[in-house]
Amino acid sequence: MKFFNENLPYILAGISVGGQYALIAIGYTMVYGILRLINFAHGDIFMVAGLMMVYFSTAMPLYAAIPLVLALTVLLGFVIERVAYKPLRNAPRMSIMISAIGVSYLLQNMALYVTGGLAKQYPPIPWISDIINIGTATTKRVTVITPVLTIVLVVALVILIKYTKIGMAMRAVSRDFETARLMGIKINNVISTTFIIGSLLAGVGSLLYFTNYTGVVPTAGAMPGLKAFVAAVFGGIGSIPGAVVGAFIIGICESLIKGAGWTTFSDAFTFALLIVILVAKPTGLFGEKTTDKV
Amino acid sequence: MDKKMKSIYSLIAVAALFVFLFLLERTLPSTSMLFTVLKKGAIYALVAVSLNLLNGFTGLFSLGQAGFMLIGAYTYAIFTIPPQARAQVYQYFDGGIIQFALPVPVALVLAGLAAATFAFLIGLPVLRLKGDYLAIATLGFAEIIRAIFQWDKLGPITNGSNLLRKFPAFSSVLFPFAVSGICIALIVLLINSSFGRAFKAIREDEIAAEAMGISLFKHKMLSFVISSFFAGVSGALLAMYQTTVQASAFKSAMTYEILLIVVIGGIGSVTGSCLSSFLFIACSEWWLRFLDAETVISGFHVPLLRSGFRKVVFSVIIMCVVLFYRQGIMGDREFSWKGLIGLFKKPFAKRAKAKGGAAHE
Repeated sequence: MKFFNENLPYILAGISVGGQYALIAIGYTMVYGILRLINFAHGDIFMVAGLMMVYFSTAMPLYAAIPLVLALTVLLGFVIERVAYKPLRNAPRMSIMISAIGVSYLLQNMALYVTGGLAKQYPPIPWISDIINIGTATTKRVTVITPVLTIVLVVALVILIKYTKIGMAMRAVSRDFETARLMGIKINNVISTTFIIGSLLAGVGSLLYFTNYTGVVPTAGAMPGLKAFVAAVFGGIGSIPGAVVGAFIIGICESLIKGAGWTTFSDAFTFALLIVILVAKPTGLFGEKTTDKV
Repeated sequence: MDKKMKSIYSLIAVAALFVFLFLLERTLPSTSMLFTVLKKGAIYALVAVSLNLLNGFTGLFSLGQAGFMLIGAYTYAIFTIPPQARAQVYQYFDGGIIQFALPVPVALVLAGLAAATFAFLIGLPVLRLKGDYLAIATLGFAEIIRAIFQWDKLGPITNGSNLLRKFPAFSSVLFPFAVSGICIALIVLLINSSFGRAFKAIREDEIAAEAMGISLFKHKMLSFVISSFFAGVSGALLAMYQTTVQASAFKSAMTYEILLIVVIGGIGSVTGSCLSSFLFIACSEWWLRFLDAETVISGFHVPLLRSGFRKVVFSVIIMCVVLFYRQGIMGDREFSWKGLIGLFKKPFAKRAKAKGGAAHE
């Protein structure tokens, strides 16, 4: 109990960060489940959403800026899929991955050009960045909202995938591309929908993430992106509940390590955890077994 | 053309290149951008070829190259800072533990060996993974290495997160060319040996290769360790080029850059990697430089041109190559004298045919 009380602020922060990672990780895991592609640009979509928020919040009131940012983030994800991934659909998987790295490079350089390389101040969002007290800890309201919102969104997503027509199509496409196409599923629409959902969640994640930090820089997406990806692999890539569980574990561990004064190693720890999991259970916690066809 | 002639031609070409570089250094001012491109290009050529050995020839998708370069750079720097400069470099750590300096060539080899040793240890667990999982695990290891080298407790050796400097560097462009050239030649020899054929077999089909009696793990490890050795050497060269080392520079973005170089050159082509590394560096450092400057042509302010635009244009070019020119510059072909001569002969041959000349060749 003493450990709990002392570390409460870190645990709370960890849960919050975990929720933010979870929202990004879902985007990774859905895209990977369908295209077998590590979408390296996903973290940068997240960063661009943050930057757009910075610029729009100065030009218009927040209640207009937030929906606009989410809409544009979704559009960005959609356009990236159409321009950079769709032409490579029949190419080897490595080409698509390199295209993703190229998109990430492009987005970062564009952000560098637009911002001039300076950190941009993220606007405080009323209500969610207010200070509140929980037990012995003082924190922002976003810390509490994030996990709740994450869980609500995940439940909605799971329902979507289980019970709707598009969800069924997604499952079919992720199982077998060609057969799904033969069965009359418009796979391009399904893939676009996946990117749209993933980008929307990344947009929401960026709203919650950057409220906790002061600024947005062009490389701000790289680390959270990688961590979220690690979370997705950790939970078993392709599985949405897995991604969420993985994200929360990673968020909490990272926060506790920072609390213990080992900040240098908080990133390294995440990757060490990943490698241990991969070596012990190569498909992650909830991953499906794959078999090699000879 | 027989083998002897080919090697004579190659030797002449290499000698001519070095004479040309030597003359360049005598004629051009040493501040010329050309030298920056040549030095950095030679270093990147080495690391690109080493990554290509792994990705292109063995089919192992590894993203850890920046980590191995970091180990090489640090090893080189730590062992070559002269003892009298150590107190100044390690000012927060009482001059550090190591109080001797090794000669440059020894330190270069040691840099490679250190990277190779780490690669061996990392390879033991990681090389059992496949495809994307291997990629993400090696990427993770590179990040872990970066964190370890920045750790305060290791400060007396690595200087923590502070700069390492005052180690010997090179002034002539001939040095990186010589070192990279020797290393790349060694890699080419390896690729053409029976090991190289085993690597290619693993790339084409792991299961079939195993069925033919190739030990998968042994050959993957060999490829991984050798690739890391040369990445370490190139890291040491990069340290010499920059004259300072800091762990925070060796991010995963660096690996992505090297991977893009390999892809632009053609996956599975040593010649392609070399060519594209020079092109890549020339484009990003030199040729597109004008895009960064605000330009006014006869009173008309050219839109968009300002600091940072160069990189945007550059990344658009890269995207175009990746999307529309997927094979890269060379595909998986290599440079050969026969191919070069054929290239020159072709127009003449056509002309001869058009004249209705000797048809029977």
